[in-house]
Amino acid sequence: MAYVHDAEKEALHQPHSFWSKYVWSQDHKVIAIQYSLIAIFAGIIALVLSAMMRMQIGFPGSLEFMDANTYYQAMTMHGMIMVIYLLTALFLGGFGNYMIPLMVGARDMVFPFVNMLSVWFYFLSVIILLASFFVPGGPTGAGWTLYPPQAITAGTPGMEWGIILMLVSLLVFIIAATMGGLNYVTTVIQARTYGMTLLRMPLTVWGIFMATILALLAFPALFVSGVMMLLDRTIGTSFFMPEMISMGQQTDYDGGSPILFQHLFWFFGHPEVYIVALPAFGMISDILSVHSRKKVFGYKMMVWAIVAIGVLSFIVWAHHMYVSGMNPYFGFFFATTTLIIAVPTAIKVYNWVLTLWKGDIHMTVPLLFAVAFIFTFLAGGLTGLFLGNVIVDIPLSDTYFVVAHFHMVMGVAPVLVVFGSIYHWFPKITGRMMNDKIGMWHFWITFLGTYAIYFPMHYLGILGMPRRYYDSTAYEFIPQSAHDLNAFITIAALIVGAAQVLFIYNMIHSAFKGKESGPNPWNAASLEWQTPQTPPVHGNWGEKLPVVHRWPYDYSVPGVKEDFVPQNVSEQELEANKVKL
Amino acid sequence: MTAAQLMKTSGFESVGGGANEWQETPEVIALRAKTGLRILMAVITSLFFLFIVSFLIRSQIADWEHLSAPWKPLANPWPLWINTGALVLASIFLQWSRISSRKQEARRTVETLVLAGFFSLVFIGGQLAVWQQLMSLGYFVSTNPANSFFYLLTGLHGLHLAGGLMAWCKTVVKAWRGMPIKQLSSSIELCAMYWHYLLGLWFVLLGLLTSSPETYAALVRLCGL
Amino acid sequence: MALAIILVVLLIGSTIFQFVNPWSATPVASNWGSIDNIIVITSVITGIFFVGITLFVVYALVKFRHRGPSENGQHQASYEPDSKKLEWWLTGITTVGICALLAPGLVVYDDFVHVPEGATEVEVVGKQWMWSFRLPGEDGKLGHAKVKLIGMDNPFGLDPDDPNGQDDLLINTNVLHLPIDKPVKMVLRSLDVLHNFYVPQIRAKMDMVPGQVSYFWFTPTKEGRYEILCAEYCGVAHYNMKGHMIIDSAENYQAWLSEQPTFASSLVSGSDDGGVEQGRQLAESSGCFACHSIDGSKSLGPTWKGLFGKTEVLMDGTTVVADEAYLKESITDPNAKMVKDYAPVMVAYPLSDSQLDALVEYIKSTP
Ligand code: HEM
Ligand SMILES: [Cu+2]
Ligand SMILES: [Cu+2]
Repeated sequence: MAYVHDAEKEALHQPHSFWSKYVWSQDHKVIAIQYSLIAIFAGIIALVLSAMMRMQIGFPGSLEFMDANTYYQAMTMHGMIMVIYLLTALFLGGFGNYMIPLMVGARDMVFPFVNMLSVWFYFLSVIILLASFFVPGGPTGAGWTLYPPQAITAGTPGMEWGIILMLVSLLVFIIAATMGGLNYVTTVIQARTYGMTLLRMPLTVWGIFMATILALLAFPALFVSGVMMLLDRTIGTSFFMPEMISMGQQTDYDGGSPILFQHLFWFFGHPEVYIVALPAFGMISDILSVHSRKKVFGYKMMVWAIVAIGVLSFIVWAHHMYVSGMNPYFGFFFATTTLIIAVPTAIKVYNWVLTLWKGDIHMTVPLLFAVAFIFTFLAGGLTGLFLGNVIVDIPLSDTYFVVAHFHMVMGVAPVLVVFGSIYHWFPKITGRMMNDKIGMWHFWITFLGTYAIYFPMHYLGILGMPRRYYDSTAYEFIPQSAHDLNAFITIAALIVGAAQVLFIYNMIHSAFKGKESGPNPWNAASLEWQTPQTPPVHGNWGEKLPVVHRWPYDYSVPGVKEDFVPQNVSEQELEANKVKL
Repeated sequence: MTAAQLMKTSGFESVGGGANEWQETPEVIALRAKTGLRILMAVITSLFFLFIVSFLIRSQIADWEHLSAPWKPLANPWPLWINTGALVLASIFLQWSRISSRKQEARRTVETLVLAGFFSLVFIGGQLAVWQQLMSLGYFVSTNPANSFFYLLTGLHGLHLAGGLMAWCKTVVKAWRGMPIKQLSSSIELCAMYWHYLLGLWFVLLGLLTSSPETYAALVRLCGL
Repeated sequence: MALAIILVVLLIGSTIFQFVNPWSATPVASNWGSIDNIIVITSVITGIFFVGITLFVVYALVKFRHRGPSENGQHQASYEPDSKKLEWWLTGITTVGICALLAPGLVVYDDFVHVPEGATEVEVVGKQWMWSFRLPGEDGKLGHAKVKLIGMDNPFGLDPDDPNGQDDLLINTNVLHLPIDKPVKMVLRSLDVLHNFYVPQIRAKMDMVPGQVSYFWFTPTKEGRYEILCAEYCGVAHYNMKGHMIIDSAENYQAWLSEQPTFASSLVSGSDDGGVEQGRQLAESSGCFACHSIDGSKSLGPTWKGLFGKTEVLMDGTTVVADEAYLKESITDPNAKMVKDYAPVMVAYPLSDSQLDALVEYIKSTP
């Protein structure tokens, strides 16, 4: 920890060469962009993998190379990349890094050097992960949950090297996330500018702050299970490995507990859902407020809901294990806690909706994405009540109902927020607007397309179609119409996947050729829009740090000429701007 | 904590209303480093907590052969107690160094700092010797889950101490290059916090590794698992 | 505006879809129709919230859409203070809704965890990628079993010294028969990785975990032949881990039962006769069909159709003629000669010579 001191001083110097400015940078904004670009790159790979899987499900046998091994490898890499390497990295490493210092009025993260290490460790973890595509046996096909014994025994593709690389990559990622997380939390606690009280922070910061705390406390569970599984695989310990046969032969394993792994995994895995969701909650609140020119409804309640969800998310993990063979009496407890968590979540939904109410709603692209998020999240959240209610989960677990549910809540919904947020904050990051027309097309295809993919998919689950099936055509209880539906879903998925090209094009094109945006195109009140330069330069605030006089949601204040009051406007300045009524 | 109090602890008090460069004073920087370290310690606590829970659950399965059972190598864990002694000394010397640095006694600060590092190395060496001894008796990592956990927990604790020693090295180098005691003291402060924490953690681990299987059974029942 | 219209369309579309779609659940064939009722309750309650909230969004989008620049400090949006009262009301209503679906759910779950007195135990044994079953026999008790005891002549790993196990009936195929209207406690055991015993028409399911025994219960209520699926990912042939459960009338069940061998008898009589039919049974009981088809379709392993005498291209580019020696080697040491384009997923089957002969005869018989 001692080097922090030096690093801190160093950060005050302006970087000069290209390398120190864009590669070995310690500037939180550059690090954020590095994080985001790596994450989006990984996400595109995961998207391509999902298209390949969908081809197999919708049109079995249509892809020559897609055998069962490849399918399960694609499935595993897709799930893991989407959850960890795309969404977690993008929300915390990307948005967290960019937004926190700007929104709380800091010059940078408090430990810039550690922050830089964080992104490089993240990069390393992605390299290790992708390397597994090129080792003998290929990447692991253990499913993203990596359940032992199957994950490390013969009969699962990639048990030779793929699983080892996967575990090592996860351990490196956790170290990266911890280094980043220390920064985000400490910055929020210790580096807020003058006047920026906790309850004057935008909900974006609250969401990311709480999500980071969850990450810091929950990732150790994945670390613990990863280390023990790695030892089971490499030196033959029996932490998780029971007495078993493999490939017809007795093994040396004895006494280990596969259920213990599941407990550890989901003790991480459930908070992980909220690590992705809470930043999305925060960002969507801010976007709604800005584009409907109205303060967030029930700000305090929103903060409390974020905190409550964060705390509760540590005592619901076993709802993923209702049919795991654990003591069935746990079901009563975990069903109850799970449904309790639905209450603060519902409050958030109400408050978003009530933010629109009596507003002045501008139908901008970010607002469209925000409303689409509410709708999708609502659908996904409500199906969560099915799965949380233990008895209903018993027929539905491990079917396509689950696949549809989690794609709605933690796949599509956060991704819609990512899109909305990029459209919203792009002008601050690059100084240019993104193209509205392309944005609209991108929005409509993505929103309607994903609903067409996942809404009907629930019914396949109710029908009983199991998930993680390479091919289900041989089952008699599945009618032909279900296979037709799968073909339809595949077509929708391919269209949605292809439509993302619009977004990538829009981003790249607008970054260089987009319309100049000026410092505050949306007339937003929060601090990040008030930087002296756009895009903000190293150190963010020029000579003097901003002083904060109000919360970030002063929109449409009666009697004030403008319909927004920036956070750094003082009472005197406000008086001068008042109109006589 | 109220917002006003928080602002106070965040160093707002010293600035008297204006937005000066209050953030960059050495005091504020030291405070931030401390906060960062505290959070790091919370993360490490979560890590070891989960290991310990796994340990307890795994210990309830029949194939567990406890290392401190009679006739087992840790029935009389005196080597571990010697190592513990070394770690305690390290902590004491660091505390001494911390106090001396506050009193601006440069020489004493550096001497005790070096001694603390020395005893930490003794601890790590001692732990390795215990490993060596266990292996020579045929207790390998994968022989029994009790062994696996022993190596895993002591090894990870040792790694965390080694990480601390890297920070310690930097501090010693700084001192050797003649950094004024005032600037040094914040680094020493951090080292001392971390070492005390690792000592406390070691006591917990030691207690866990050397207590009887009945204790585990009782603990597990207490947790309702 | 467009968004509001689309949301209404989605809402109406979804609601219609809910009522008229061809993908409703399979007809229930056990006592767990009660679970279906909870699903209906849950659908109704969540449906109300879904429709209500979306309609409110639509209303807000239409009513409060931007109408023009604000002038002179008059803003379109109101600077509405928060309404604590409204929030508490909403919280209350949500809580009520949630209780209304949780409470009946827990009641049924309570039923689920309490196995009724007098339920017969049936053991399901899962292994990659096949099912087998064990019934308790006359004494109504299952004998002790252990993975370490498993060998070619003891595929269930039963303890030969346990008197309770002697009369256990061993069903070493993928087909299980159960009598109608008798509650059964399914006792689940896995020999290798996680599996999950799942029959969609029964509704209930449970993981099978190596190293421990899990269970669930149900009462079959409808005669018929149902598919058994594996619902916990268990490796590359997970999707192919198929079996059948046949619900019989009491008489038919007795007839079937009387044909099943006991553990004691299986220890005495080694199987012989070397015929095609024996080979077929062996292939079925060993789970070969999880990966090999006999109709020529491509699966995890090469098809057996027309295999005998065919020339196979191996991984290293060389070729080999599938004669008896090759077939036998491929069964006892599958990884010795790997056919091109297939992954090494097959286990070695250390079968006896007569069993191998029977299998080869059978493979020959599938032209
Ligand atoms: C249009 C975009 C997407 C499509 C078409 C898609 C498609 C799929 C498909 C076909 C599967 C395999 C289901 C099975 O075999 O049972 C799958 C699994 C999964 N997906 Fe996606 N997905 C998409 C986006 C996402 C996103 C954004 C996430 C982020 C949370 C995500 C997370 C997962 C996870 C965690 C799994 C489970 C993997 C496993 O079973 O091990 N997906 N997806
Ligand atoms: Cu969960
Ligand atoms: Cu399976």
